[in-house]
Amino acid sequence: MKRNFSPRDNYQKTKSAVGYVPLHKATQADYDRVGFKAGLEVHQQLKTEKKLFCNCPARIYNKYDDYDAEIIRHMRPTLSELGEYDGTALMEFKTRKTIIYRIKNETACTYDIDDTPPFPINKQALDIALEIALLSKLNIVGEVHITRKQYLDGSIPTGFQRTAILGVEGEIRLRNKRVRLIQLSIEEDSCREVSDVGHVRTYQTDRLGIPLIETVTYPDFANPDEVREGAEYIRFLNRSTGKVRTGIGAGREDVNVSCRGGTRVEIKGVSHNKWIPEITHNEVFRQWALLKIRRILNKKVKNPDNWKIQHKFLNPEDIEFISEPSILAKENKYKIVAVNLPGFRGILSHFTQPGKTFANELSDRLKVIACIEKPNLLHSEQIEQIFPDAHLHKIKDMMNSNPNDAQLIIWGPADDIPTALETIEERCKMAFERVPNESRKSLEDGTTIFERVLPGPDRMYPDTDSEPIPLKEDHINQLKKNLPVEIHERYEQLRKWKIPEDTYNYILRNNLVPVIEKLIEELGVDPKFAGTLFGHDLKYIEGRHAHSSDFSYEKIYELIKFLKQGKINFALAKIMIPFVVRNSKKDFASILTAIDFKQIPKEDIINEIPVLKKKFKEINKSRNKDAGIHWIMGELRKSALGNISLAELKKIVENTYKTGIPRTKT
Amino acid sequence: MKKNVLQGYKGRALAVLQKFKTRVWSQVEIDTTRGLFKGTILPRSENDDDRHIVLKISSGYNIGISVDTVTSIKEFGYKEAKYKIKEREFPYADDKPNVKLLGTGGTIASRLDYRTGAVIPAFSPGELYGAVPELADICNITTEKLFAVFSENMGPDEYKILAVAIGKEIEKGTDGIIIGHGTDTLHHTAAALTYMIQNPPVPIVLVGSQRSSDRPSSDAALNLMHAAYAAGHSDIAEVLVCMFGPTSDEYGFLHRGTRVRKMHSSYRSTFRTVGDIPVAKVTRDSLVHMKDSYNQRRKDRKVKILPYFEEKVSIVFYYPNMKPDIINSLVDNGYKGIVIAGTGLGHVNKPLYTAIEKAVANNVAIYMTVQTLWGYVHMHVYETGRDLLAKGIIPAENMLPEVAYIKLGWALGQTDDPEKVKEIMLTPIQDDITEREPYNGYLIYQGGVPEVEEFIKKFRK
Repeated sequence: MKRNFSPRDNYQKTKSAVGYVPLHKATQADYDRVGFKAGLEVHQQLKTEKKLFCNCPARIYNKYDDYDAEIIRHMRPTLSELGEYDGTALMEFKTRKTIIYRIKNETACTYDIDDTPPFPINKQALDIALEIALLSKLNIVGEVHITRKQYLDGSIPTGFQRTAILGVEGEIRLRNKRVRLIQLSIEEDSCREVSDVGHVRTYQTDRLGIPLIETVTYPDFANPDEVREGAEYIRFLNRSTGKVRTGIGAGREDVNVSCRGGTRVEIKGVSHNKWIPEITHNEVFRQWALLKIRRILNKKVKNPDNWKIQHKFLNPEDIEFISEPSILAKENKYKIVAVNLPGFRGILSHFTQPGKTFANELSDRLKVIACIEKPNLLHSEQIEQIFPDAHLHKIKDMMNSNPNDAQLIIWGPADDIPTALETIEERCKMAFERVPNESRKSLEDGTTIFERVLPGPDRMYPDTDSEPIPLKEDHINQLKKNLPVEIHERYEQLRKWKIPEDTYNYILRNNLVPVIEKLIEELGVDPKFAGTLFGHDLKYIEGRHAHSSDFSYEKIYELIKFLKQGKINFALAKIMIPFVVRNSKKDFASILTAIDFKQIPKEDIINEIPVLKKKFKEINKSRNKDAGIHWIMGELRKSALGNISLAELKKIVENTYKTGIPRTKT
Repeated sequence: MKKNVLQGYKGRALAVLQKFKTRVWSQVEIDTTRGLFKGTILPRSENDDDRHIVLKISSGYNIGISVDTVTSIKEFGYKEAKYKIKEREFPYADDKPNVKLLGTGGTIASRLDYRTGAVIPAFSPGELYGAVPELADICNITTEKLFAVFSENMGPDEYKILAVAIGKEIEKGTDGIIIGHGTDTLHHTAAALTYMIQNPPVPIVLVGSQRSSDRPSSDAALNLMHAAYAAGHSDIAEVLVCMFGPTSDEYGFLHRGTRVRKMHSSYRSTFRTVGDIPVAKVTRDSLVHMKDSYNQRRKDRKVKILPYFEEKVSIVFYYPNMKPDIINSLVDNGYKGIVIAGTGLGHVNKPLYTAIEKAVANNVAIYMTVQTLWGYVHMHVYETGRDLLAKGIIPAENMLPEVAYIKLGWALGQTDDPEKVKEIMLTPIQDDITEREPYNGYLIYQGGVPEVEEFIKKFRK
């Protein structure tokens, strides 16, 4: 190898060798080339009064530092029903975390903290979930079996989530394809993480136990936009029942992505659907890059099975040029270790994600598995050159490194070093074999970081504290009778009403079709007006004014009804809505006063036109032949609103210019 | 014995499985009026209905299929599961104390039972080491499974077997004993062993778990480590109950076997010393004494085993308007001893007087305890108490009702002579009766009080 190896050039070179293209330039051909495959797990909180297995109130959130007591637990792996330890379970055990739960008396009880067995399942939640399962065309099970799904990260104090399948094998219909659903389950929501530093992870327990459903699709999505479309569809479907929670964190997605020859990687907790395309795009190329790395390594290293790292402990003085670890080492009695990775030259700076390289894969795992906070390593291929050449050579000499090798320097508490070394070796060995099976956390920049080893079916165990719940035929039939219209039919309906397409997202997200339908059918509102009143006007207003707590979309219906009864033109609603949004207790009549509305007979307004026309002639300086029409409309706008439709008025003004007579139609 | 291939299935579900010639652990496709389901047929709990088939689907979840909806079942494979904790030979180290773990059952070690769908006890040193390898850092452990019963099924026969077994282990030279036990009647067994094993030279530690060991958050492993430390390293040669101090995974208490009681149906920190303070606080590698006086560990093996118990003894929990027939029926059925848990300072109503007179006349030993659990019986304060004394009821001081029951059974197992029984009953053994009640012996703080809330927030529950 050449002496003048530049990590920066290597990053760029490997990025183009992988064939990475940015999201906005990518075409279906790019996704076909890497074999893009993705599926979704959509989580949705249900709108119930109480939690799923106890009688605590659902959805009262406390501030992270507002708590009455703390409880400490540790999680140990246990056997699954089929007698296997789960991979994630063992990894989590390796991390030896102390888990602290913060409890607020009003939102958590002895059940939440696993000091009391579960109460019978919340029937209200079960029915909402069944309704959604039916809407999703799933085969409904005959009997619900509560199952324990192990989570050793501590996010649930029992160490497992109580969850149950309600239906399997369904489908949703996207614009251009059908996507199959694997299953829908009902489960208890987990704790919210407060912090995770070193060996201590802290959670708050307010969200814990809130009823949640999870809809899982097959990996039927062929590009990032389709994944987003699917996520939106499932979200709209859930919301069409009007019985699910909205707001931050009420709906969350996990996205499963793989490339051809890659592995299912689960990206957890994507809370905005708009992030999905970027995240899935980057993940498929990360896997593609890892496969490329595998080819390079297998070419370079003769006997991968015998591949081993070498390590040597360093003195703080050895690395004084990098202040951080050496200071930490002196202050905290951290150990500093140099690690040689045979044959890894060019790999540590190999592209994996935009702005990230293979070295990040190691650093992420050191944080999660060995509990060593970042920054936790330096390496011989830093893009920013912090490692002076002289020191690097010194370390290479010390390790008897081959020019083909790469080196790491890691540091951390002495107790964590063995796990750290094990973790590095394990991850590097995987690089010869496969894309690791893992779950990753999404970041705002569209990249992801390692979260944990992906759990398998081995972590499931029947809940011995609960009895199976039979789902009787007549109960299911009863639920079937009251289902809302399906989302793809909703799309159809909106198109038929000729409502502009850019409003669909807003309308379906907020489940507004039922109220729009009521406006059209009961009050005779023009469909297009109704659609844009919500999808354009209300959306715009909501972006500027905060809702008062008791605002509901039904208020808009009441407003229009009020206008109809007062024989006031509906267009006035656009001016009144900001008041309704801000203060929904205010009665409509006083809003009319507030906006200074006066009811004027239509004819009086029309009669103004000839006068204004004359006045305009005197002041006009424009050559635009329509200038007069615009000016008159501007002058009349305020008095016209609510008394005559602006479109109608405009026609009359135009007619006045054309024929000299103010009238609507000949 | 022929293997039951349709484990747990009965009635209509059984008929459907037989009709389609399939069995438990078959991998199948079941077509139903609710659609197609694919998975492995699991055994069904005996107590569940006969209308559903349990299926494990590929994601690991279990579901039930209503047999009424089944139109066909196609078998395409077979995969039987074996639930087994990995067995590893327990390592031995010369410098570590030797501890004997005697198993009686309970959730300290347990596994899934497909018959009932609940957890059943499982136990072997190898399994134990496979599940809690940290034990090897504390002591050398050998195990013996005496019986596998839930704690509610423990009784006099088991107490006697246990006492004799412990006596033998002590003679053999063990450094400490751990008894794995269900928690419901852990304190009854602790009291029984305190009486039956007199003057033990080593710690005898009873331990259980409130959350079964098949769950990640179980207290079993930590309780076991605490118990192992107490048995192997502590210098307290008494019968002790070792269970969580707070509900947090922090430390355990060692409670004297005669003053301890289960106080919450499900909490981890359910065991409390009543009317006194615990003997010590224990972690997996340390022990802090809380009480100054206790029996010291000794080198000798001079232990006396008194495995006696009269089964015809009962506890009567008094309630207002109790009728004499309750006491009469015990006497008529040949009971020899009755412990009454009376109200307040130790009272029952007047209608019972005749029944009590009859019982005493029939040579039945009647002892009074208090259902308030804390405090002494004081029968001289009110007329009722004095009346009852005159009728021959003997006050049992501040003995806990369950402890008095065990002690009376043990006393009557040794003699029928009322005077001798009384002497045994009222001679304090290991603080079953204390001369005085310290002020910190009664602490049930009330939530909502600002100072209490502050304490809870600071020191963890």
